[in-house]
Parts: sequence; C-alpha cells; structure tokens
Amino acid sequence: MVDVTSASVPPVLAPPVLAVEGLHKSFGSNEVLKGIDLKVAAGERIAILGSSGSGKSTLLRCINFMETPSAGRIALDGTSIGVEGRGGAITARSGELRRLRTRVGMIFQQFNLFPHMTVLENVMEGPVTVKGMNRKEARATAQDYLKRVGLSDKAEQYPQRLSGGQQQRVAIARALAMEPEILLFDEPTSSLDPELVGEVLDVILGLSKEGRTMLLVTHELGFAYHFATRVLFLHEGRIHEQGTPDEVLKNPREERTQAFLRRFSAFHF
Amino acid sequence: MQYVWDFRPVWLNFGVLLEGLVNTLKLSGFSIGLGLAIGLVLAMGRLAPSRIVSIPATAIIEFYRNTPPLVHFFWYFYGLPILTGISLTPFAAAAAALSVQSGAFFAEVFRGGIISVDRGQWEAGRAIGMSHVQLMRRIILPQAFRRMIPPLMERSFELVKTTSLAATLTYGELVYKAMVLATQTYRPMEIYSTVAVMFFTVLFVASLGMRAVEHRLARRAAR
Ligand SMILES: Nc1ncnc2c1ncn2[C@@H]1O[C@H](COP(=O)(O)OP(=O)(O)O)[C@@H](O)[C@H]1O
Ligand SMILES: [Mg+2]
Repeated sequence: MVDVTSASVPPVLAPPVLAVEGLHKSFGSNEVLKGIDLKVAAGERIAILGSSGSGKSTLLRCINFMETPSAGRIALDGTSIGVEGRGGAITARSGELRRLRTRVGMIFQQFNLFPHMTVLENVMEGPVTVKGMNRKEARATAQDYLKRVGLSDKAEQYPQRLSGGQQQRVAIARALAMEPEILLFDEPTSSLDPELVGEVLDVILGLSKEGRTMLLVTHELGFAYHFATRVLFLHEGRIHEQGTPDEVLKNPREERTQAFLRRFSAFHF
Repeated sequence: MQYVWDFRPVWLNFGVLLEGLVNTLKLSGFSIGLGLAIGLVLAMGRLAPSRIVSIPATAIIEFYRNTPPLVHFFWYFYGLPILTGISLTPFAAAAAALSVQSGAFFAEVFRGGIISVDRGQWEAGRAIGMSHVQLMRRIILPQAFRRMIPPLMERSFELVKTTSLAATLTYGELVYKAMVLATQTYRPMEIYSTVAVMFFTVLFVASLGMRAVEHRLARRAAR
C-alpha cells in the first residue's frame, strides 16, 4: 500500500462528510474488506476502481448499511452510525439506519425502478412515504428532478417503456428527490448498451458541477478521469492506491494498478 | 345388473339441497375471508426480520399444513370445550378450523409471491430509507399480489370442497343435507351425483370468472 501524499487529498477542515475507519466485512469465512480507511470531504467526487470481486460494491453497501460492517466505524458529519457490539460488528437501530439512508442515496447497476408505479410516482415515493411530504409538494419536486435528468416528458410512463439509459436517469432522480448529502453509484452504466452510456454519464457530470459529494464505482476510466477529484484503486479488500486522476490513471505507482489499467488498452482521457 | 335412475326425490327436495349449498357458500366465504387475513399475518410473521416473530409463525404454518383437516374440525368442536370450556357452534368450529388451516396454506402462497419479487426491489426500497412495513405495503405486496392470484384461487376452491367435512359436525352444508336426504329417500346415487354437479357448477363458474379477472390484470400489467 502507498502512503498518500498530502497533495493528493484536499485538506480536510470541517469534519469529513463521510469517514470510514478500519472497515472490515466478512461473509462467513470470506473476508471481503480488510480494513478500509477513507475520509471524504464535502464536494469530493471519488471514483472507485478495481477488478471484479475486489469489494467495491461491498464498500458502498457498507456505507449505507445495506450490509452491516463486521468491524470498524462509519461516521457522517463526525457522528458514528450505530454502536460497536460484541465481536466488533456494528449494531444500529432500524430507525437510525433509515435516517442514514435518507442522507446517503444509492444508484444501482440494475436501476431497480418500481415497475408498478409511473416514472413520476417512482420519484415521489421516497419523499411521500419516507419523509411524509404531502403529495402536491412531492409531485412538484419530482417534476423538478425529472426535468434535471431530462425526462419531463416521460413522467406518466411506466418504467418498462423506457430505455435502460432513461431508466437509470429516473433512478438518479429518485435518489436526488430524497435530497441526500452523499450519492453512491454502483456501476451505473454497466448494464447499459454502449450507445446509452453517454446520456447517464452526462447527468452524473451535471451533478458534479453542483458540488455534490459522490462515490462512484465504474469501469469507464475515461469518465472517471473527468469526473473524479480522487481515484481509489481497490485490490483484495484494501485501498491499494489512491490519488488524483492524473496520479492514479496516468502515472500509477503500484504494479497491480498498472496491470489493472493495462487491461483497458483502449481508453482515452 | 341394471340400475334404474330416479331423480324425482332430488327434485322434490331440491330446496333442501339449495339451502345446503347456501350454507356451504356462507361457510366458504367466511373462511376464505378470515383465512386470507390469517394467512397474511402468518406470512408477514414468517418473513419478519425478528426471530421471536418468525419462529412461532413458521411453527403454526407447518403444523397446520401437515395435519389432516378433519382432526382440526374435531379439535375445535370437541376439544376446545374440554380444554377451555368454550363451546363453539358447528358453524363456528368449522369456520375456525377451515380458516386457520387454509390460513396456513394462504400464508405460503403469500410468502411465495413475496419472495418471488426481485431482490433489487427490496434493495431500492431500503436504499431510500423505507421501513420493513413501508417496503411491504408500498413495493413488495402490490407486485406480489398479481402473481398470487392463481394459487390463491386454487387454494380457495380446495377450501370450498373441504367445507364438506363440516358435515361431520352436523353443520347443515350441502353434503350434510345430502346425507340426511339419502337416508330418507334411499336414493344416494342420484343425490350425491346432483351434489357433485352442484359443486362443479359453482366452482367452474367461479374459475371462469377468476380467469377473466386474471386476464384483465395481465393486460393492465402489459401496458
Ligand atoms: N451478500 C453476499 N454474501 C456472500 N458473499 C458476498 C456477498 N456480497 C458479496 N460477496 C462476495 O464478496 C466479494 C466481493 O464482492 P463485491 O463487493 O460485489 O465485489 P465487486 O463489486 O468489487 O465486484 C465477492 O467474492 C463476493 O462473492
Ligand atoms: Mg460490484
């Protein structure tokens, strides 16, 4: 592992929006995360790279407690989630986890839109059911967010009628409607046909102009270069190398990172 | 040997059989309604994250699914007064036995429908901060419901046929009326054949109706 020089990481003044400390996660005897430390400042955009099975999804899923960490600490704005129980695992009340998830939005590879609801209803669902917003207000905000992802005209359609790219943009609007402080993207374009990738990446780039804090797992290296303020390379459950996009993507110091990047011979920045 | 069919006693007493049919439908309707409610509660219990809830629910479901219905009828009718001093009318005992037993089967249908909903739907609901109850009510059950209709129908038809066991508690449903008529008229063949046709007619018409409903739902789902 590499010591990150202070130049690579922006100076952290306020408590980091997100702090991950000594995060371990095992599934049975399979230790997937082997001690992850990560501080994320407000407005940082972190691209997470790594080969399949290196623990990228598990890392994201531990951050919003879709998976319960086996050991370590997750803190938002300096406040830890849950308490350390026996054997190091974190135990948290379900109410606390629900509040956490309203603050940390997640976008999945498979979109996971609700098929029995229209596009507009999909986006309204969180604000109405989880936040108790009245329907009229929720409808107005949902329409705003749909406009932001360029899908105002699809509001009354059912998701099955939309292309994969459009569905993923709705999923982004659905996450945004909760007004989360942090957005987690788990390979948001990996299940899209190549010609639909661009429209989703454009929406994500648009969000980065708003100064949103985002963590994104991707295999689109060219996109990662333009999107990220910091790039992490995960290998076998550890952060193997991290730094600015130039450092990690153009001049990787670690052999593993170099080998990983060589597999993507045809990418351009 | 040549059997001579004689349906006259059937026509003369058809009012009695109709009364029996009405009672059968009353018992069925009541037990299906209550059974669905019990089934939903048991299914939710079995799927609950807490073991204190899921283990008893599972035990009830498995017990009722794996013991014969006639035993439950006798239990509620003869056993309950002995053990608790509460005595039930034949209708109440039959309804209790039928609804709890079919509740156990309905629960498995509900559970099957619920777990057939794609994992991603659960994840998406949880990821926007939904509680278990919100997730069930808003996301999972509405999607599971369509898939549950055919097996729920099947189970309900099964229940209508099982109401005939209430005859053993002297409840005046169709088969009980038929038994009484048969001993009075010595025409069991004609009477039981008529009863079979009556059951068939009711269930067949009901299944045609349900198929139409299913068809409509399928069309709506495909929009
Ligand atoms: N729910 C789970 N149960 C058991 N093993 C899991 C589970 N989720 C992930 N894993 C295992 O953890 C490892 C890392 O998975 P993942 O985080 O999905 O990797 P990546 O996203 O980098 O491809 C894999 O070996 C995978 O099989
Ligand atoms: Mg993954």
